Amino acid sequence: MTKELVCIVCPRSCRMTVSADGNETVVTGNSCKRGKDFAVREMTDPRRTVCTTVKTSFSYAPVLPVRVSAPIPKNRIFDLMREINKITVSKKIGRNDIVVKNILNLGVDLISTSNVLKHENN
Amino acid sequence: MTTESCDVLVVGGGPAGLAAAVSAHDSGAKVLLIEREARLGGILKQCIHDGFGLHRFGEQLSGPEYAERFEDELYKRKIEYRTLTFVTKIEKKENGRFTVHTVGRNGVSVLDTKSLILATGCRERTAKQVFIHGTRPAGVFTAGTAQHFTNILGLMPAKKCVILGSGDIGLIMARRLTLEGAQVLGVYEAKPTPSGLTRNLHQCLYDFDIPLHLSHTVTRVFGVDRLEAVEISNVDEKMTPIPGTETIVKCDALILSVGLIPENELAESIGVKLDPRTKGPVCDGQCMTSIDGVFSCGNALHVNDLVDYVSQNAEQAGKSAAEYSNKERKFVGINPGDDLLYAVPQRLNINADNGKTDLYFRVKNDENNCVLHILCGGKEILKKKYAFMRPPEMENLTIDFNSCNLNENSKIELRLERLGKGDGVK
Repeated sequence: MTKELVCIVCPRSCRMTVSADGNETVVTGNSCKRGKDFAVREMTDPRRTVCTTVKTSFSYAPVLPVRVSAPIPKNRIFDLMREINKITVSKKIGRNDIVVKNILNLGVDLISTSNVLKHENN
Repeated sequence: MTTESCDVLVVGGGPAGLAAAVSAHDSGAKVLLIEREARLGGILKQCIHDGFGLHRFGEQLSGPEYAERFEDELYKRKIEYRTLTFVTKIEKKENGRFTVHTVGRNGVSVLDTKSLILATGCRERTAKQVFIHGTRPAGVFTAGTAQHFTNILGLMPAKKCVILGSGDIGLIMARRLTLEGAQVLGVYEAKPTPSGLTRNLHQCLYDFDIPLHLSHTVTRVFGVDRLEAVEISNVDEKMTPIPGTETIVKCDALILSVGLIPENELAESIGVKLDPRTKGPVCDGQCMTSIDGVFSCGNALHVNDLVDYVSQNAEQAGKSAAEYSNKERKFVGINPGDDLLYAVPQRLNINADNGKTDLYFRVKNDENNCVLHILCGGKEILKKKYAFMRPPEMENLTIDFNSCNLNENSKIELRLERLGKGDGVK
């Protein structure tokens, strides 16, 4: 089986071809190792990093930007979104702080990506 | 009223202004940064998706993470900054220094500075600028406005929407609204090729089965209080709607991602010359505009697709503004040729050090398998092969122009040579 892919690892957007023949996977068109790894994973276990927001209890910043600490399986994205939409952050956590540990048992944490809650005076 | 003094005054606290302020400070200047919003960070505050900083930090950061790294640098150095402060007027004095009038929480201030960095960013093109006819219902947003509602205010601007324009922010918003439960009926692009980065087409549209319709545009909007539907038409190769091809799509929001324009009202108010191609100031290798002592960087200079380049360019501006003296400048132009949309800087000051000049450029059309030649006085100083080049993807090269002994008669040209047969002939 041969598949044409566009690499989403960096803005270069390399156009790659992946051929899987039994146990052997051949990637062409990539410019770096990260591209090759992405292509191989895309064929076997496609994953994405989800960035979104969670509700807060603070009027000066009603939502806090968050993301998962590592890519999650593509077919779990909407499960994750439903879970995240149940959360309200009521502590003034900062950038890189964990909002939910091992969310949905996906093996990744939900982490804050901003210090916005610490800037109340603004 | 007492006048406060600084060496470098930075207008704008987005990624360009932050990097410029830090760099000017590190070059020994007393810096003051002015930001009109309540928080530093500029547009990156609302760009919560990841993909920023791969060049700079080797990591995929979200917008707030990227901006806050630079904010931290500013705080660490105790660089003075003022938020909720707006520059109302700039005047150049006879002694070459500038008077800057601002209004902020503490009222009106008058500042005196040796040099100025305009890091005012860019603005989105609006519905009026793309000639959309019909009523004026609520529900017509620029992508940036929709992004502000969703990511800063936590409000959903749409349940069922159409996106016009395939710029990166539009693509990012297609994914964002889909994740939050809205239905994105399609992205319509008047041009025959997409405007955004290829990876964004894949990770924002194709991942979520959102259709992309090229050579289509919105020709009318319907609705009184709230948008009820839009009319979509096919367009010809001149992007003119073709009569008889109209279809009606029911939706409650139309989101526009139809281009960005550098914001240069302040620059123009003091007579800074703009380049009609970039719509930003004409500058030299030190980011100095046509007015001595006025520097421009980031999206105010030309619209970038990667913030990493904004930071790099702003650091150059910061350093140059700190080192600025009234030395006479003599210029040699950089000719981008017929196949490039533009090149920045537009010219070089032959009296300056051009040993490490960052050159930014874009092609006009998709190109495959080509070689870019950089010529100085007819002599090739650099050539680079590209497998493909696309207008949405800015290219950047660092060039040593000192090596070619620039003088006023040197001609710097960029020339694209197409290698492939059949490929990329447009």
